[in-house]
Amino acid sequence: MTSPPDPVDQIRERISGYILSESTFRGEISFAVGVESIVECCSLLKNTLGFTYLVDVTVVDYLTVKFPRYEVVYLLHRFGENYEENLRIRLKVALEQDGPAIDSVTPVWSGANWLEREAYDMFGITFRGHPDPRRILMPEDYDQFPLRKDFDVRDRESSKRSFERALDEGLE
Amino acid sequence: MERVEIVTEELGTEPDGTRKHTMMLNMGPQHPSTHGVLRVVLYLDGEKVKEAVPHIGYLHRGIEKLCEDITYQKCLPYTDRMDYLASICNNIGFILAVEKLLGIEDEIPERAKVAEVIMFELGRIESHLIGIGANAMDLGAMTAFLFCFKERERIYEILEMVCGARLTTSYPRVGGLPMDLPEDFSDTIRNFLRIFPKTLNEIDGLLTRNKIWIDRTKGVAVISKEQAVDLGITGPILRGSGVPYDVRKAVPYLDYENYEFDIPVANEGDAYARYLCRMEEMRQSLRIIEQALDNLPDGPYIADLPDIVLPEKELVYTKMESLIRHFVLVYNGFETPPGEIYHAVENPKGELGYYIVSDGTGKPYRMRVRGPSFVNLQALPDMVKGGFVSDVVAAIGSIDIVLGEVDR
Repeated sequence: MTSPPDPVDQIRERISGYILSESTFRGEISFAVGVESIVECCSLLKNTLGFTYLVDVTVVDYLTVKFPRYEVVYLLHRFGENYEENLRIRLKVALEQDGPAIDSVTPVWSGANWLEREAYDMFGITFRGHPDPRRILMPEDYDQFPLRKDFDVRDRESSKRSFERALDEGLE
Repeated sequence: MERVEIVTEELGTEPDGTRKHTMMLNMGPQHPSTHGVLRVVLYLDGEKVKEAVPHIGYLHRGIEKLCEDITYQKCLPYTDRMDYLASICNNIGFILAVEKLLGIEDEIPERAKVAEVIMFELGRIESHLIGIGANAMDLGAMTAFLFCFKERERIYEILEMVCGARLTTSYPRVGGLPMDLPEDFSDTIRNFLRIFPKTLNEIDGLLTRNKIWIDRTKGVAVISKEQAVDLGITGPILRGSGVPYDVRKAVPYLDYENYEFDIPVANEGDAYARYLCRMEEMRQSLRIIEQALDNLPDGPYIADLPDIVLPEKELVYTKMESLIRHFVLVYNGFETPPGEIYHAVENPKGELGYYIVSDGTGKPYRMRVRGPSFVNLQALPDMVKGGFVSDVVAAIGSIDIVLGEVDR
């Protein structure tokens, strides 16, 4: 009796051209993908392999721990036939310290819109081709990226400036 | 959703020569029906919404940043303050994520797991009561709101009895429960199970066939199945659009696969369908609670893991070793294996996920919260485009957002 093929193996085979490395921790599989092929890889995963649901897009800043510094993380979910399979994979893209930029996956999943905006807001990652690349949580004229590891929590100047500008606008 | 740059748009000329423009209307951040501090900029053509742009961030407290500087145990109270209408669900989700990171899921005593299921489902009922009640009140049905609040009070009393707090529960601990369940726990919950269906029927009687309620919600704020999946929407909104995705069934945690319950699904994708889903989910939660109560075992309520769990208070006062252990656990936290995990739970509002990156110390290197309200709110512009201003109120209510979780 042959066991049914492992779906992860099938996926690995289909996207093998894009995978740089992979790791598994606590049963969760992550694939490292090159920065230039992320949109291609994602559209293949969505359109051919059925990963229709983008769970999350986020960033981790490994300031001194790892090189390259940033890692953009995509969590993908496949419902499978009759919503019974529910397979999850993770894609990771490493980004350089200077001017980190990556292509936006909003053309693939429109739900990436706010998630990428938040990633930009918090880490200063530029998402090329994003339809609405504004800050989302912090004030529009804020000039820091708070979730970066080298962000100085005690430096209040930026927030003070934003606050004062908002006050001035309110008085007009 | 494209960026709206123009404030006004020419809409043609009246016969007498006056030019017509779109009107910009600021809804919020202080508006009773925006459920907190949400601001929606509406661009109107008469009473029709041409474009809606939500602005968020007014309640941003930087929970993700704060958690990077404190031990895992100390992150727990911050999770209360995200979705504060179901803080117990946030707590349990976070605890489960840390337990997964530590790899101690199998060591959690059965009693703790079953109690967590009961508390989780109570949290779901509590949140849905507010969701439905507030949605109804925004549309003018004050009575339904009061019925919901009366029942929510009962749940708060149970929470107070179990963990001493009503709103910000901070209840379970990594490894199990901080203290044993009170003696009259089962009786109180059974009493609640007896009373609650009656009120649920009353709310049902007030709204389900209410002509005004149907007129205001049916066919309003529609989102199609494809759109909902594409936007990453979860929870009752996704199920109201015909996708039977529920984390409890899809990726079970807390042994949910052993409970018998159904996932209500509706196909219309409008505000009324979401309301029906929420009502049915509360009934299913009661089913789960009943099964859990029947199977609530005796025995230990917290795992026997001296490296992770705080020693008993009495031992801290009397034994030197326990005092040292207590000190180390409070100051340095427990050691975690380096790695990264994502753990999701089915919060009342959708999929709540914690993505934790650990560098081996007692503090999370990065903790990302995937809040369901944040992602669900993305659907608002699509829902209200082309509808009336008054339907925006119905749409926001039916998405059932909590701004504490949107902004984190």
